Amino acid sequence: MEILVCVKRVPDTAENEFQLNSAGNDLDRDDLVYSVNEWDNYAVEEAIQIVDKVGGNVTVVTVGDSESEEVLRREMAMGANNGILLSDDAFEGSDGKGIATILKGEVLKGKYDLILTGAQADAAAGQVGGMLAAMLDLPYASLVNKIEVESDTTIKVGREIEGGNQEMNEVDLPCVLSIQTGINEPRYVGIRGIRKVAQVEIPVKDAAALGIDPSSVGDAGAKVKRVDYFVPELGAGAEMLEGSTDEIIAQLIERIKSKGGLA
Amino acid sequence: MSPLIGPANFNFFGFFPAAILSVLIPVVGVALFTYIMARRIAPLVRAAPDNRFDNIPERLKNLFFVWLAQIRQPRYMVAGVLHIVIFAGFLVLSIRSTSLVIIGISSDFVLPGFDGVIGDIYNFFKDYAATGVLIACIIAAVRRGVVRPARYDVPAKYGKDHTAEAVFVLGVISTLMISESLFEATELAAEMQHTGHAEFIAPLSLVWIFRGMVSGFAQSTLQGLHIVMYYIHDLTFFFFLCFLPMGKHFHVITSIFNVFFMRVKKGNIKPVVHGVSEDELDNLESLGVKKLEDFTWKHMLDFYSCADCGRCSDQCPANAVGRPLSPRFITIKARDLIFRNYPIKSGAIYKSKMLVEDIYSEDEIWSCTTCGACEQECPLGIEYIDKMVDLRRGMVDEGMVPQTLQKPLKALEKRGNPYGIMEKKRADWSTDKEFAAECSVKVLEKGETADTLFFVDSITSFDDNIKTIAQNTAKILTRAGVDFGILGKAEKDSGNEVLRFGEEMLFQDLKSQNTEAILESEVKQIVTADPHAYNALKNDYKDLPPVKHVSQVITEKIKSGALALKAAQEPESVYVYHDPCYLGRHNGVYEDPREALDAIKNLNRVELEKSRDRSFCCGGGGLMLFYEPEEETRMGVLRVQMAAEAGATVIVTACPFCLVNIQDAIKVAGKEGEMRAIDFTELIVQHMA
Repeated sequence: MEILVCVKRVPDTAENEFQLNSAGNDLDRDDLVYSVNEWDNYAVEEAIQIVDKVGGNVTVVTVGDSESEEVLRREMAMGANNGILLSDDAFEGSDGKGIATILKGEVLKGKYDLILTGAQADAAAGQVGGMLAAMLDLPYASLVNKIEVESDTTIKVGREIEGGNQEMNEVDLPCVLSIQTGINEPRYVGIRGIRKVAQVEIPVKDAAALGIDPSSVGDAGAKVKRVDYFVPELGAGAEMLEGSTDEIIAQLIERIKSKGGLA
Repeated sequence: MSPLIGPANFNFFGFFPAAILSVLIPVVGVALFTYIMARRIAPLVRAAPDNRFDNIPERLKNLFFVWLAQIRQPRYMVAGVLHIVIFAGFLVLSIRSTSLVIIGISSDFVLPGFDGVIGDIYNFFKDYAATGVLIACIIAAVRRGVVRPARYDVPAKYGKDHTAEAVFVLGVISTLMISESLFEATELAAEMQHTGHAEFIAPLSLVWIFRGMVSGFAQSTLQGLHIVMYYIHDLTFFFFLCFLPMGKHFHVITSIFNVFFMRVKKGNIKPVVHGVSEDELDNLESLGVKKLEDFTWKHMLDFYSCADCGRCSDQCPANAVGRPLSPRFITIKARDLIFRNYPIKSGAIYKSKMLVEDIYSEDEIWSCTTCGACEQECPLGIEYIDKMVDLRRGMVDEGMVPQTLQKPLKALEKRGNPYGIMEKKRADWSTDKEFAAECSVKVLEKGETADTLFFVDSITSFDDNIKTIAQNTAKILTRAGVDFGILGKAEKDSGNEVLRFGEEMLFQDLKSQNTEAILESEVKQIVTADPHAYNALKNDYKDLPPVKHVSQVITEKIKSGALALKAAQEPESVYVYHDPCYLGRHNGVYEDPREALDAIKNLNRVELEKSRDRSFCCGGGGLMLFYEPEEETRMGVLRVQMAAEAGATVIVTACPFCLVNIQDAIKVAGKEGEMRAIDFTELIVQHMA
């Protein structure tokens, strides 16, 4: 099975403290460390496990600048066979639809049976997978937490439904799935693994190579534009406790007690 | 001159020369033994290299104390003394057994030098040796068969009980002792009948008793017994020789080699592959131990040498809390696999599978805290830590790392600490308002210099609760007049656990960053309050200035008068010092912290039963704090209970991880209010005059 996994380089939530920049329109990106979007990492692990079982290839693709190459290498160190970097100045400032348009260009260039995306990334919009499926006119399942390969033409796909119920669907191939965390336990990638794939050639494709009209993507094609970015004002009822951890805990216990939550 | 005919001249049924048997048994025995040994050596030849021909004086010392003097045996008194008797008996009787084989061919054979007084003296001792061995075997058999100490038990998941083999071998040894003694006793009895006077032999020895028992037998009976006993001994001897390499009694042969080649340095970790430099690691096809033959030949020799005594597992804290790890079975399972993959009978060699899947489980290998209690105990010098690390290296290389460990490892890669906190906050503990008002700490950057580097390490830099150890250490160093500074954001995690959890390349990265920063600071010595950092800098790094734990500096300064302590603030409290594994067992620092505590007048200090080199791990440090093991209770809880039994109200630790684990354990054990944990540095600061 030929599987394409769409991945994104994002600021790592575990290793950063996020602050707004002085302009107030984005994060302060100095001193940030980046890694592959967590959901995408689960998607790549799932793809590798499928290929281990039924054979085929895993290709990881990302849209970004040259720095995005590092996440492709990390996923290749995990076991993805190929990496493709989609990069062009014209791609900068793309909205969700723009990203889906660029990815569609790559999907049409290759021959993929299964296309995976993470359920969401740092922008928390969760829109690229669905849009990509629609643009390609392929079946789509979101928030997938289980995949069983049935045959060359169909797979079974599980989704967790509100209230913890599980749903299973049969989906025709090729299709697009957005992957939920927890579908597997992604393997560890050490420095050695990354160094091993450090010399592997990663093709870079631009708008022309993908056959994309530059005006349909990037800033030029974006129909959604971020106009503000801020930490919400504290509303009534929300209060930040202050002090050392011990003091905060003491205050919290006091408050819970006073409301009758603790005997 | 004996009236009996010896085996060399005896004819069975009057015509068949017994000497033929005397030749045949040793020839067949030795040939079989040679074949078996060749098969046993086959996996060692295919194993990874190991450099064990260094430090010869140290190795000879081990050979003398650990092997010949059996210095580790009395740590378990009853079994230890029994073993010493049997071992010493074997050494003494090996001479007799050798000459007996030749006596079967030449009746009057005497070993060169043994024909005079020396021979008489030897005979006197060897008679007692045989007697001692027999008595020891009987007691040992009763212990194994009836008393059944718990450490010999084989949990169902590890296979069948081993008692039968143990008792069988004790029977074989007893047979050797009895037949040898009877062989001699019959001859002496016949002689006594012939000459009318009894030759002096060791009173109350087996031979002495047997001579008394058979002295009334007819000459022909004595003759028959004499010959029968000889061949029982001869057959049993060569059977035993060939049986030894089949199981746990292989140690009778391998122990001398295993002890000679045992670990001589402490606290360090073996290189990934002996003879492959750190720069060449990238070229290796695969890293760590994945298959049987990836173990070094010494580690395979360890598997062969295990006597199944169970001392390692009896001391193992992971085993004590019900984690899925018992060091004894790490060895036994590997030995069984060698026996399966290199069968004696067929001469085939079967391909080995990934060990972690085949005979070990992932959790089993992650369960080890590398505390070293097992290695400290093993009378045969079997090692475990390097094997655990090698297996983990293999798992890391295959991506088999629990999710709970992946996060801190990634944070270490990106930020140089397992918490993922920004580098620039590493020295924030030193700028806390309250602390900074009292004590100022230099950051060795932009040309700032100092004599001494205080290496803080991650937990002490970042953990809200633990950073007081950093502050207290700084206060003590300042008071003692030490010119010191810290590296600030240039310091990275020492990587003690990164190395021990098998992430070799990440450790190499951390090591080279720290080494560069330390050398650049041009300090003359390094001090740390974290035994894990102390261990890594001292034993895993190279070419650094000398490293000391803060307890060593404190004791030095108390002795020199630079640091004065006042009398105990709480004379009613009962203090107990808990030895951190990486300070004590791995680095031999036992006395400095105790001396410093005892320098506080009227401080009431007791000792734990398990202390110094038998200290019980608190639960492990570094990455072990992130690992979520399967276990029935926490190591720390057991340790707190031990302290309670010792009558302590305050547990003094000298390691940030010990403090975290013991503080938590006091809560879990429900002993809050009765007991508390305090770091050594805190106690010293409280008592600075």
